[in-house]
Amino acid sequence: MADTSSPARKLPRLEPETAFYWTCGAQGVLRIQRCGDCGIWQHPPLPRCAACTSEAVAPEPVSGKGRIASYTVNHEAWLPGLDVPFVFAAVELAEQRELYVFTNILAPAGAVRAGMAVTVAFEQHEDVWLPMFRPDTGEDAA
Amino acid sequence: MTPYPEKEACITGAAQSQAGRPSARSALQLTADTCLAAIADAGLEPADIDGIATYPGKSPEGGGIAPVSPSEAAAMLGIEPRWILASAEGFSHMAPVFNAVTALACGLARHVVVFRTVAQASARMAARQSTLMAGSRSRVEGNNAWTVPFNALSPINTFALYAQAYFAKYGASEEQLGMIAVNSRRNAAHNANAIYRKPLSLEDYLAARMISTPLRLYDCDSHIDGSTAIVLSRADAARDLRNPPLHIEAMGMAVGGLWAGHHEGDFTALPAAGKAGAMLWQRTALKPSDMDCAQIYDGFSIHVWLWMEALGLVPRGEACRFVEGGQRIALDGELPLNTGGGQLSGGRFHGYGHLHEATVQLWGRGGGRQVRDAKTCIISNGGYGYGAMILRRD
Repeated sequence: MADTSSPARKLPRLEPETAFYWTCGAQGVLRIQRCGDCGIWQHPPLPRCAACTSEAVAPEPVSGKGRIASYTVNHEAWLPGLDVPFVFAAVELAEQRELYVFTNILAPAGAVRAGMAVTVAFEQHEDVWLPMFRPDTGEDAA
Repeated sequence: MTPYPEKEACITGAAQSQAGRPSARSALQLTADTCLAAIADAGLEPADIDGIATYPGKSPEGGGIAPVSPSEAAAMLGIEPRWILASAEGFSHMAPVFNAVTALACGLARHVVVFRTVAQASARMAARQSTLMAGSRSRVEGNNAWTVPFNALSPINTFALYAQAYFAKYGASEEQLGMIAVNSRRNAAHNANAIYRKPLSLEDYLAARMISTPLRLYDCDSHIDGSTAIVLSRADAARDLRNPPLHIEAMGMAVGGLWAGHHEGDFTALPAAGKAGAMLWQRTALKPSDMDCAQIYDGFSIHVWLWMEALGLVPRGEACRFVEGGQRIALDGELPLNTGGGQLSGGRFHGYGHLHEATVQLWGRGGGRQVRDAKTCIISNGGYGYGAMILRRD
C-alpha cells in the first residue's frame, strides 16, 4: 500500500531478466534465480550462471526467510517529504551463504539488530511487488 | 629488465585547479588550465604531447560527473594525439593512468596527459537538487534498481552497510572513524586548493547530523567543480625534463562484482580491492612499512579503513585502532594519511586529488603539509572498481 504523505518510491523498470523478482509477490512467494545444472542461487539474476556458465538458469521459489547481514538507519531526507528514519538492509537468504537481497526492514529502527531473523513481506506499488522484510516472529507460515 | 610496463613510465608533471562550489570557470576551461599547467610543469610544450586520456569521458547524464571528452580537450589544446582513451569502466579512476602506462611502455606514445575534470557543483546548482542515483526517468534500471526502490538514494546507504558490519565485527567506534575526517581537515588547512579548510574537531564530527548510521555528514566527500592533470612520460624521455621523474614502482588493479550489485563476503572488506593490493606488492620489493605516506580513497570515510586493510598497510580489523587518536596518521606519524585533505576536505576530484597529492609530497611542494623526506607514496582509488599504485622518487 502506497504511503500518500511521502514522495512516491522510484520503482524498478521491469526488465526481461528481472521482472520475475519484482512481480513474484503477486503470488505471495519470493523467487530467486537458480542454476539447474550446478544448483547455485544467484542474485541479481544474470543470463547465465556465474559459477558454471550454464544457461539453464530460472527463478525458483525460496522460503522468504533469512537474517539481516548488515543494515543502516537512513536519516537523510533525500527528497522533500521522504519518510525518515527508515532501515535499509542486506538480508542473507536462508537458502545459501552470501545470497543477499537489498530491502527495507518493516520495523522501528531501534528494534533492528544485525543477525535478526526476518521474513519477506511484499508491498505492492503499481505493477511492482517490492520484497520487503519484517522480523520473523515464527508465528506464521510464510 | 623486468617485464612490468610501469617500470617504463614515469610521472613528469602535475597540476590541479582549486575546488569550486561552483567554479567561475567552465569544465572545458578548467581542463585547459590544468592540462597546460601540467605540461609546463613537466618542462614540455603542448606539441610534445602525443597521447591523451581521461576518466570517464563525456556522457550526457547531466550530473557533471563526465563533462569533458579527450577529443575536445585535444582539439582545445591544439594537439594531435596518436593515442587517445576515455575509460569509464574498470579499475576505478586509475584505469586511464594504467592504460597510459601500457601505451607508453609499448611505444604508442612518449608523453601522455591524463586529466580528470568534474563539474558536479555547477550541475547540482542548475538542477537545484542533489544528483541522486534515481536519475530523471520515471523508473530506475540497471544496478541502481536493486537499491533505489528501497529509498537507498545515495551510495552512502550501500557503504553504510559495510561500516555497520565492520563496527559490529571488529568493535570499532564512531570516535575512531571520526579521526579520518578530523585528520583530513587538519591537513586541508595547508592546502590552498581544498574546499574545506576550517578546523574540525572530533566533537564537531560527532555533533554533525547522522546521514545513514553509522555514517555522519563529515564521513562524506563533497561534490565540486575542479580539474587535475598529470603528465606521464616514457622513462627514457623523462630523464632530462624539469622535475625529477616519479617512478611508478608498482600498480595493482581489480574489478569485483560490486559494480553489478554482487556483494562478496560479509560486508567487512572489499575482496576485489584486496586483489588489487596483492597484485601491487607482487610487483615490487618494497613493503608496506617502506611507505612514507598514503593517499587512500575516501569517497566515504569507511573506504579508507577498507582500503588500508585491502592494501595490507594494517592487518584485517586493525585500521580502526591504527587511526585512533590520529597520531600515527598525522604528518609526522608512522604513515601520514591523505596529506592534502583527501576528498573529505579537499573535494571530490574523484581519485585524481589523491594522485596529485602524491606528486606534491614526492616533489617537496607540500609547504605546511610536507611530509619530511617523502620518497615513496602509496595511492588507492575506487569504491566499486579498484586501482592502486606506488610512486617512488630516487
